[in-house]
This record gives sequence, C-alpha cells and structure tokens, in this order.
Amino acid sequence: MSTTLAFLGDFGDAFDYIFHSRESQAGGARVGGSELLPLLWTHLKVTGAAMGIAIAIALPIGLALGHTGRGAFATISVSNVGRAVPSIALIAFFVAFFPRTPEFWNVTVALALLAIPPILTNAFVGVRQVSRDAVDAARGMGMSGTQIVRSVELPLALPLIFGGIKTSTVNVIATATIAPLVGVLTLGDPIISGTVHGRAGQIGASIVVALLAVLAELALSAVQRAVTPTGVKLEKGASARASRLGTLKRRIQTVP
Amino acid sequence: MKLSRLLLVLLALACSAVFVAACGDDEEEQPASTPSQSDSGSGGKIERNDANAEVSLTIGSKNFTEQKVLGEIYAQGLEAAGYSINKDLNLGDQDTALAAVKSGEISAYPEYTGTALLAFFGKQADELPKDPQEAYEEAKAGFEADGLVALPPTPFTSSNEVAVTKETADELGLKTISDLEGKSQDLTLYGSPECRQRLDCLLGLQQVYGLKFKKFTPVDIAQRHEVLTSGRADVSIVFTTDPQIQREQEVLLEDDKGMFPPYNSTLVMKKETADEAGADLAKTVELIQEQLTDENMQELNARVDLDKKDPAQVAEEYLTETGLIGGN
Amino acid sequence: MIELVFAQLQRRDRSGGDCVADNGICPDWIADNFDRYLDPFWQHVYLTLVSVAIGFAIAFALALLAHRRRWLAPPITQVTGILYTLPSVAVFFLLLPLTGRGNTTAIIALVAYSLLILFRNFMAGFDNVPDESKDAGRGMGLSYRQLLWQVELPLALPEIMAGLRIAVTTTVGLTALVFLAGAGGLGEALFADINFRSNVLVAGGLAVLLAVVLDLLILALQWALTPWMRARA
Repeated sequence: MSTTLAFLGDFGDAFDYIFHSRESQAGGARVGGSELLPLLWTHLKVTGAAMGIAIAIALPIGLALGHTGRGAFATISVSNVGRAVPSIALIAFFVAFFPRTPEFWNVTVALALLAIPPILTNAFVGVRQVSRDAVDAARGMGMSGTQIVRSVELPLALPLIFGGIKTSTVNVIATATIAPLVGVLTLGDPIISGTVHGRAGQIGASIVVALLAVLAELALSAVQRAVTPTGVKLEKGASARASRLGTLKRRIQTVP
Repeated sequence: MKLSRLLLVLLALACSAVFVAACGDDEEEQPASTPSQSDSGSGGKIERNDANAEVSLTIGSKNFTEQKVLGEIYAQGLEAAGYSINKDLNLGDQDTALAAVKSGEISAYPEYTGTALLAFFGKQADELPKDPQEAYEEAKAGFEADGLVALPPTPFTSSNEVAVTKETADELGLKTISDLEGKSQDLTLYGSPECRQRLDCLLGLQQVYGLKFKKFTPVDIAQRHEVLTSGRADVSIVFTTDPQIQREQEVLLEDDKGMFPPYNSTLVMKKETADEAGADLAKTVELIQEQLTDENMQELNARVDLDKKDPAQVAEEYLTETGLIGGN
Repeated sequence: MIELVFAQLQRRDRSGGDCVADNGICPDWIADNFDRYLDPFWQHVYLTLVSVAIGFAIAFALALLAHRRRWLAPPITQVTGILYTLPSVAVFFLLLPLTGRGNTTAIIALVAYSLLILFRNFMAGFDNVPDESKDAGRGMGLSYRQLLWQVELPLALPEIMAGLRIAVTTTVGLTALVFLAGAGGLGEALFADINFRSNVLVAGGLAVLLAVVLDLLILALQWALTPWMRARA
C-alpha cells in the first residue's frame, strides 16, 4: 500500500522534473527542466535522420517491386527477418564493427535499418492493391512505367505507405531510448542513468518519450487520413475482406 | 469441434505457463560454480566449515570487469568455506550497489575506499587521506554510521585516472592533469554516466583543476578504453589496474593536485550479515585478499579483458593458482 | 597489517597481435567458448515463451470479453496501446523498486508489450469473419458460444496466428534488454563485451536465430491448423 502511495507521489515529482531543473541525485550536475532540451533535440535528430534514410531506401524499392509485382517473397522475408533482429543487437553490431564512426551515425543507421521493413512492406502492398483497372487505363493512355507509379500507384498507395511510416516512427522513437548505452544522449539518458537523474527523472523522461510517440502517431494518422481518397475509405472495409489482397496483407502483417 | 478443443489446450498451456513463471525462480540467482577440489574438502588454505552452510549470502558487484572478477572470487572462495552462496553481479554503479546492500537484495559487495569517501560520505578533495590504511579507517567509520561493516581492505588499489593516447600526450605536451589547463576546452571527455556527479571524476576535474571540457559524453564504463583507441574521445577516465593501458600505450596524467584518494577494495555488508556469518567470513575474506596485489589484479583483469575469459573461470584460476582452493 | 610477500600468478605474454585481444572475429575462440552462451540462450527462450504464453492467455480472455461486450473493445485497445508507447527500458526501470531485480520484473514488462499486439489481432480476426458465415451459423441454430467456438475462432485463426508471430519476434527483441532489470538473457552476454566482434556476432546471431526459428514454428503451426487456407494458397 505504501509503495503505491509512494509511486503516486513520484508522479508529481516526475512532472516537476520535466519542467524544473534540479541538482542531480548526488549533486554536482544539473538535470531536468531545461536540461532536457538537448536530450529532446538529439532524440528528434536521431529519429528524423533514421526515418529519412529509411524512407529514402525503402520507398523507391517498395514502389518498384509493387509496380512490377515481383519480389513478394523477398519482401515478406525482409519483413520477418527485420522484426527478428533485436534493436540492441543491431546497435551493438555497428558499435563493434565500426568503432571509428561517430556513435550518432552508428545509432542512426542501425535505427534506419530497423525502420525499413514496415515501410518497404507497406509500399509494396500499397502499390499491389491499387485497382488493376486504373493501372490499365493509365497504360492505355500511354503513360510510361515511372509515370504510372508517380501519378497513379503512389497517390493511391499513400494511405498504406503512411501507415508504415507511422509504425516505423513510433518504433524508432521508442528504440532511441537505448541509445545512451552507447553514448548518444537521447531522452533515454534519464531512464538509464537513474542514479544521476533520480526516480523522478526516470518517470519524467518516460512520460516525455511516451508523449512524443503518441504525438507522432496522432500526427501521422491525421496525415494518413488526409491522403486517403474518400472513395477508397468507403471501399476499404468491404473489399479488404473479400479480395485476395486481404490474404496477402495478413501474411505480411501490415498495420493499416 | 477439433479446433476449439485445440484452442482450449493452447489456453490451458498458456495458463500453466503462468504457474511455471510464478513458481519458478524469481531472482536471477545462479549458484556459484563449485571450484574443483577434493571430496573431503580439505587441501588448500580455505577450510570448509559445514556449519556455515546455514548462512546464505548473496554476493553482488558493480558493473565492470574488475568488480565482476572480485565478486566471483569472493563468491567461490566463501563457497569453499562452506557458505551457501548466490550471486547477483553486474548491478550497476556504486549508488545502485549500495542501495542493493541496504535493501537486503544482496548481502555484500566489494566497494573501493576512495569511492566510498567521495561518493557516499561527501568528503572534499582537500580532506582526502593519502594513506590507504587511513582511507580505509575513514571509510569504515562512514559505513558504520549507516549500520554497515567494511572488512579490511585488499593490498591492491585501483584508482580512477585520467588517460589520453600517446599521440595526444605528445601533441599537447601532457604529463599532469594540470597540463590540461587551457587545452581542455577543445577536448572531449568520455566517462561513465555517474562521472558527472563524482568528485573523483568530471566534477572533481571541474572543481579541483578548474577544467572545462568541450563536451562530456557518458558511455557505458566498459567502453572507457575503446573510446580512446577509436579516436572518439580525447580524454577518458580509466582505472589503474586496466590491462589496456599498457597494451594500447595510453598515458596516465599525473594527479598533481591530489584529486584521487586511495582505492583499495573492501567488502561491504550489513552488520547483521557479518554477525550471522560468524568469524569464518572475515577469516576467509582475509585469506582470499592476501594475494590480491596490484600485479595479480592486473593479471586477472587482463585474462578477462584481453584473453576474453569468463570472470567465473578467471576467479577459479586465481583461487587454484594461489593455492587457496584445491590440492596444489 | 598488509603482508608484503605474495605469490604471483602466471602471466602470459600479451604483447603480440592476437585476434581475441584485438576484438576481432575469432572462430577458435567462438568454438571454445560457445558453451558460455547456452545459459543466456535458454534464459532468453524461457522468458520469451513464458511472457508470450501469459500475454496470449490474457489477450484471449480480454478478446472473449470484448467480443461479448463490444463497447469494451476500444477502451481495452487504448489501455494496451498506452502500455505500448512507453519505451520498454522505462518499464523495466519503473518496475524495479516494486518487483525487484530478476525474472518477475522482466516477465511483467514483456507481457504488457505483447498484450497490444495479441489483443489487436484477436479483434482483427473477429472482424474479418465473413458475415455470411455467421449468418449461416445462426441459421443453423448455433448458440452464441457454439458460434464463437465453432465458426468465429477457427475463421479468426489466421489473424490470431499472425499476431502470435509478431508478438513472439517482438518479444525476443525486447528480451534482449531485460539484462537491465537483472534477468540475464542474450542481452547480458552481448553487453558483457560490446566491443568484441565475436561476442556481438554470437550473442546477436543467436537472438536473431531464435526469433526466426520461433517465427517459422508458429508459421508451421498456422499451416497445420488452417487446412482451408492451404487449399486456397
């Protein structure tokens, strides 16, 4: 009972930590409040860079594969193996094998690799599920392959693509919390270095990271809704079940 | 029909997993590997006293190589003396370990006299004793006030030190820590996370030497040499017993203002634990520690860090090679 | 008093180049020391399987509840969703003072994480059951319980199994972090020497291997349980 009450008290302290800086647990360093801003900035930088790299790599490949229809098996495999690699193992791999690279880039590349599978998969499925009629019509009009991708398939695949980006972003935000283990000071630092920031720091930083993830999810969901053509929204419910793509989607496990 | 039955079986299996988890081991407690010794238990200097089996001790340690080796040595040595031993090594930094002893999560762990004086008892740099025995006495007094007992210290001392690569030392003409004055604002310092608030680490460098660094990056303490050799760090905080110093030809800067106290290792435990464990505990620990000299500790660290041996194995080697355990 | 005469340990000459001391990839060392990874590996397996099993049980119970009372589905999804946004590291550290170091803390956190995935896929599975099948069942006079167990759950199985696959692979990844809560696992082995390439390869490799093998096992189970999907594919 007293532990529960103490826990509730810790929350108040945690909110105080978020907004007011204070002396570290054993004294000597400043933590909390405005001291969190550099951590937040690094967290955002790492997330942004990782997502940028991931999208730059995964989107074109996913679109191309989806357009030609080849590589379904490869995409599924990448998705499965990608899920199987523990984030900490990937970060450790880069740190061990590229010790001379600045740790920021080691972490960013590791996170980018983790972010690729959902985007790749969703881009692939997104393009595959574009109605064949629309594509044939475009081909009939004389559009080249690239033009078809750009003007027909990509816009119609956007909802699913943003779904994949959403999943990846939330994952990267959460995973970036372990970056301090290798020297990249994100919002994970107060969580991991509890003896410096104190319990208030651990809880406070966790709240901030969770809020960040929720905000990202809400923002990207809004974007996802905005890019979904109304017709597709109405049709999605019925056709997803009936079409063969429903099976393919289930196999690959996209997140709508 | 068949399917729903199968699902019920899956559910039942899942529920039984709950019981497995509940009844299984809650702590990650591994019994210490029994070192090779003759069945009669005699031979070697540590004598087994079966009465000790009633006393159960959990040995903890902090989160770097030397600590893990020490933890293993104490665990295996005390087990040879007949105690029932569990291990919970690699707890974290000094604050985490101290909290673990106070909360009863572990029975004892090896702390350093200097660390205790600075991190626990708030001694200032100018109050630090230079003599290892004096440092121990002061630390012991400090622990006593908390109801803890600190056993007599080891011969070896493992001090924090400021290290740079040979190239950096030659380039900037560094011999003492004071030489960093005027140059440190262009240098990056890497240290453990708790370094920021320790007077024998970054805080001390700031207060005692008045140094400001371009950047301080906290990394896991196990990386303290890697960051120097890979060029990411200009300056790093290392321990004098580290084998990498010699191997990588790092230069230790002399502590001309006396920021670092002596750091002999002393086993810390609650008074009740010491009383319950009886006289054999102190006696066995003293026997174990006799041979923990600077050279021997360095050798043991080298076996883990350079030869990549398991700390448990290295501890066993120490105990057998010094004749504490086993026939010869 | 501290004595002055001691035995010296045997010392090796370590001045030369050495695969192991240079933190490289050393097959000999890996072969000699592979047994060091067995305990962490089995600990990893234990934590993963127990956590997913408990998560599955709880998610199943919640799904049955939400199936009966539809209005419960959104709140349950929200709560499990919130658990998911908390970084896993945070959950370990926050639980530590309450449940101490060791397996308990790890399992609680891992279960919480698998809950969202499993619950969401249970509900998706239920949603994907064609109305026609349910109507047919009702037409045949099946009760609510018979409809659930004989029609809906079998047809929801693909989604459920898919959720199980995701949950298992994700949990293997998260279990790599439980060493921060004192529960061992392959993460502990990995972090014991993060600079040593051989160590990173073996510890990391075993984790990936474990995830892939478990994934394939569940896929095989899914194949065995859904013969009608096999015919279609």
